[in-house]
Amino acid sequence: MAITLEHYLVVGALLLTIGLFGILLNRRNVIIILMSVELMLLSVNVNLIAFSTELGDLTGQIFALLILTVAAAEAAIGLAILVVFFRNRGNIEIEDINSMKG
Amino acid sequence: MEEIITGLTFYLFAAVTIASAIMVVGSRNAVHSVLFLILAFFTCSALFVLRGAEFVAMILVIVYVGAVAVLFLFVVMMLHVGENRLFQGVRRFGVVGVLVGLAVAAELIIVISTRAFRQDTPAVASNPTTADLNVTEALGQILYTDYFLLFQMSGLVLLVAMIGAITLTLRQRDGVKKQSIPQQIERKREDAVALRKVESGKGIG
Repeated sequence: MAITLEHYLVVGALLLTIGLFGILLNRRNVIIILMSVELMLLSVNVNLIAFSTELGDLTGQIFALLILTVAAAEAAIGLAILVVFFRNRGNIEIEDINSMKG
Repeated sequence: MEEIITGLTFYLFAAVTIASAIMVVGSRNAVHSVLFLILAFFTCSALFVLRGAEFVAMILVIVYVGAVAVLFLFVVMMLHVGENRLFQGVRRFGVVGVLVGLAVAAELIIVISTRAFRQDTPAVASNPTTADLNVTEALGQILYTDYFLLFQMSGLVLLVAMIGAITLTLRQRDGVKKQSIPQQIERKREDAVALRKVESGKGIG
C-alpha cells in the first residue's frame, strides 16, 4: 500500500475537476465560483508539492508559496469587487450580472 | 506496518479532502461551503505533511485558513446571499456540465496512469534537498537568495491587491460627522465668535 506520486496526482486531478464542476454548474452564487477557483489553485499546489518531494527538488515548493500569495491577492480583489457590486445592485446573483453584455 | 499506517492515513485524508471539496460546490448554504473549504484546506495540508513538505503545509493553514477563508466568511455573512441552488439550471446546463467534468477527470486520470512523466533519465534538480537541513531551513536559504526577485514580486502583488481592495471598497458617506484636523486648525477666531452690542430691553433681532 505504498503511496506513490500518482496517488497525489489523482487527488489533484479530482480537486481540479470538482472546481471546474462548481464553476460550470453554479447558476446562482458568485462566492461559490470564487471558492471553486480557490479549489483549483489548491489542486495545482498539490501537484507542485507532489512532484517537488518526488524529485527531491525544492523549486516546486517555492512555486507553491508564490501561488499561495497570488491566490490570497485574487481572493481579496474578487471579494472587494463583490462587495462593491452588492452595494450597487443589492444582490449578487449570477443571472443579474450582465450589465457589461454588449 | 508503518507503510500500512501511512497508506491508510493518506486514503483517509484524501477522501475527506475530495468529499469536502464536493460539499463546497454542492452545499445549499454558503456559510457551510466556506466551512467545508476550511476543512478541505486543513486535510490538504495534512496530505502535504505526509509527503514531507511541512513548511508549505503550515503556510497553507496560516494563509488559507487564517486569511482567505476568514475573508470569505466575512463577505458571505455581510452580503445577503441567497440559497445556493446548484441544480437549478440542471435542465439547461447539467448534462453538458457533467459531461465536461467527467471528460476532464477521465482525461487527467488517463494521462496520469500512462506515467509518461516517469522518464528514464534522472531528473536534474536545480535545488536538491539535502539530508542535513530540514525543509524549512533549505527553503529559507534559497527563497532569500536565488528567488529573491520572485519573493519581492509576490510582495508587490500583495501590495497592489491591498491598495486595489481599499480603493474599491472605500466610500465617503454623506451626513456622517467626522473630525477634520486641517479644518480645525484653519478655523479663525472671526469665523467662530461675533461680538454684538445688545441693547437693554431688546434682544438680537
